[in-house]
Amino acid sequence: MTDIVAVKGRSLWIDAWNRLKANRAAIISAIYLCFIVLLTIIGPNFTGHDFTTQYPSYIRVPPSLEPYPKADKLDQEIKEIITRAHLTLKEWKQEGGRFLVSVTSTKPIDDRVTRYLDRSDSFKDGKVENKSADGLEMTMSASVQHLYFFFGTDISGRDLLTRTLMAGRVSLLVGLLAGLVAVTIGVLYGSVSGFMGGKIDELMMRIVDILYALPFTFFVIMLVVFFGRNFMLMFLAIGAVLWLDMARIVRGQTLSLKRQEYVQAAEAMGVNSWGILMRHIIPNMLGPIIIYVTLLVPQVIILESFLSYLGLGVQEPTSSWGVQISQGSRNMEGASYLLIIPAFFLTSTLFALNFIGDGLRDALDPKDR
Amino acid sequence: MLRYVFRRLLTAIPTLFLIITISFFLMHVAPGGPFNMERGIPPEIKANIERVFHLDEPVWMQYLRYLGNLAHGDLGPSYILINFSVAELFAQSLPVSIRIGSWAMLLSLVVGSAMGVLAALRHNKFIDFFIVTLATGGSTLPTFVTAPLIQLIFGLSLKWIWIGGWHDGELSAAIGPIVTLALPQLATVARLMRGSMIEALNAHHIRTARAMGLSDFSVVVKHAMRGALLPIVSYAGPAAAGLVTGSIIVETIFQIPGVGRAFIDGALNRDYTLVMGTVILIAIFTILFNFLSDLLYALVDPRVRYD
Repeated sequence: MTDIVAVKGRSLWIDAWNRLKANRAAIISAIYLCFIVLLTIIGPNFTGHDFTTQYPSYIRVPPSLEPYPKADKLDQEIKEIITRAHLTLKEWKQEGGRFLVSVTSTKPIDDRVTRYLDRSDSFKDGKVENKSADGLEMTMSASVQHLYFFFGTDISGRDLLTRTLMAGRVSLLVGLLAGLVAVTIGVLYGSVSGFMGGKIDELMMRIVDILYALPFTFFVIMLVVFFGRNFMLMFLAIGAVLWLDMARIVRGQTLSLKRQEYVQAAEAMGVNSWGILMRHIIPNMLGPIIIYVTLLVPQVIILESFLSYLGLGVQEPTSSWGVQISQGSRNMEGASYLLIIPAFFLTSTLFALNFIGDGLRDALDPKDR
Repeated sequence: MLRYVFRRLLTAIPTLFLIITISFFLMHVAPGGPFNMERGIPPEIKANIERVFHLDEPVWMQYLRYLGNLAHGDLGPSYILINFSVAELFAQSLPVSIRIGSWAMLLSLVVGSAMGVLAALRHNKFIDFFIVTLATGGSTLPTFVTAPLIQLIFGLSLKWIWIGGWHDGELSAAIGPIVTLALPQLATVARLMRGSMIEALNAHHIRTARAMGLSDFSVVVKHAMRGALLPIVSYAGPAAAGLVTGSIIVETIFQIPGVGRAFIDGALNRDYTLVMGTVILIAIFTILFNFLSDLLYALVDPRVRYD
């Protein structure tokens, strides 16, 4: 007699995971997406700039790996500062890490003029080195304040790297939250409709059909314009518009699931409708739901960016990739990086999400290829 | 067939009615009105203006009045643009939108189908991979990214196209918006065409046609493509409606005086009649094009019968 070896079964999820692992585009996209999410969450703390800080000396400076101020700009900068202080520049020279600036004036010079140096974005800790007895001549010293703008700065002189990451935070958050709103409404609506059947199903699906016929972009715009530019309202508007597909998919699934024996068994044992829906129907639809969520999130991000592009989305100083692209396209003459950088972040994230969605569809629903 | 046409047109009426009703009340329950933003209007004059436009009546009466006028084909006057009726505004903006939209549609159908057929004929070869990648990019990139990029590359850097406005629809000014509008549609058409063409080329009747010694051209164009066109036909209807009635983003970015722009301006200024008019226009176009594409379906595929 041969021993009977129990074959270890493979669950649907392990099967799906194995199929997903074989999909290189999906895996790379998933890694990239995790990277972007991490970057937007912790990145802004490490850029050395706050996303609202404006540097008046550095408006629209191009991206650079070198620190600002550039050496060749210092002469002009010092001259401007001295002019602003109503003084006459005698000479300036560099000694070690510090800059020595000699100035003269027709009136006695106040010691507080060093503040003019401090106030500029290029210098810090200005000090009086020596002063002539009559107070008409003075030598000040200050050290250069090195600032890094890897992505350059925007039209208000704010660090673009920090702003892009903060904007990404908003875009991804909106995408996720509004996506979840849409899915929750869609799943509940679709499963109730499919499970109840009969007249209720008929009525609920008729409503969906009518909503489908509405020009939906127009509706979102109308909602946002007429009810004020409220962040929460935007969620609701987007969520309320995008749940229709989910409702249809879920209803179809529910119709076939509710004929299964285990549902009939639960019914026979007296479980109420809500219990059957929550315990048996919805958990068995997780596959299509997950696929749909990953495909819905990029749609929401696009819709939010679209509204922001029209100036109807998030408001300053908060930003999203859509807002940045809109500002960038208005200033692309001479500063094309303002458009290209946020556009790159947005599109690469959209690509990644789409690849993950396609990969999940292939993995979870192999028949549907 | 005639009965089918009749029934379709009949069901369009309640749909249209619902769209009008929902939009109307949505707009009117919102706070503010078309004459609220004007600063410095004495309340008496504002009241007079509102009386002229019947805005002082209860909402349901305004609604009935609007429906009554609509039944006579009157879309009402614009509240913001003095001396213009909504119909006159559409007479100016609709031809512009239709022109751009139909060129974009033509471009995406012709080029998209050609790309799809090419990819299917070279299935799993380099060119197939290349076209699929392009199509994925085209349908992922949103319009508000492609439009400024096209302006930046072809307008500002290469100076091939004019991006300073509409210029009465000169070719150099129109080409940018047409291509931008066409890109996502083109990508979808290419994907659909590729899929259905691969399926069609493996069908039995194609093998028979080849066995009978028909030329490659005749097999592909006459026999395979005819069947493969079906998904394109059903896709083209709603897509055409969206294109022709104007893409809001493209018209905003390229400063084109079309229907999409009119809608945005109307919505921002609470020009109630203009917004309502646009919504109705879009709805009519959508219904009409869906209907046309269903009819066309029957022409392309004789198996489809409506009765």
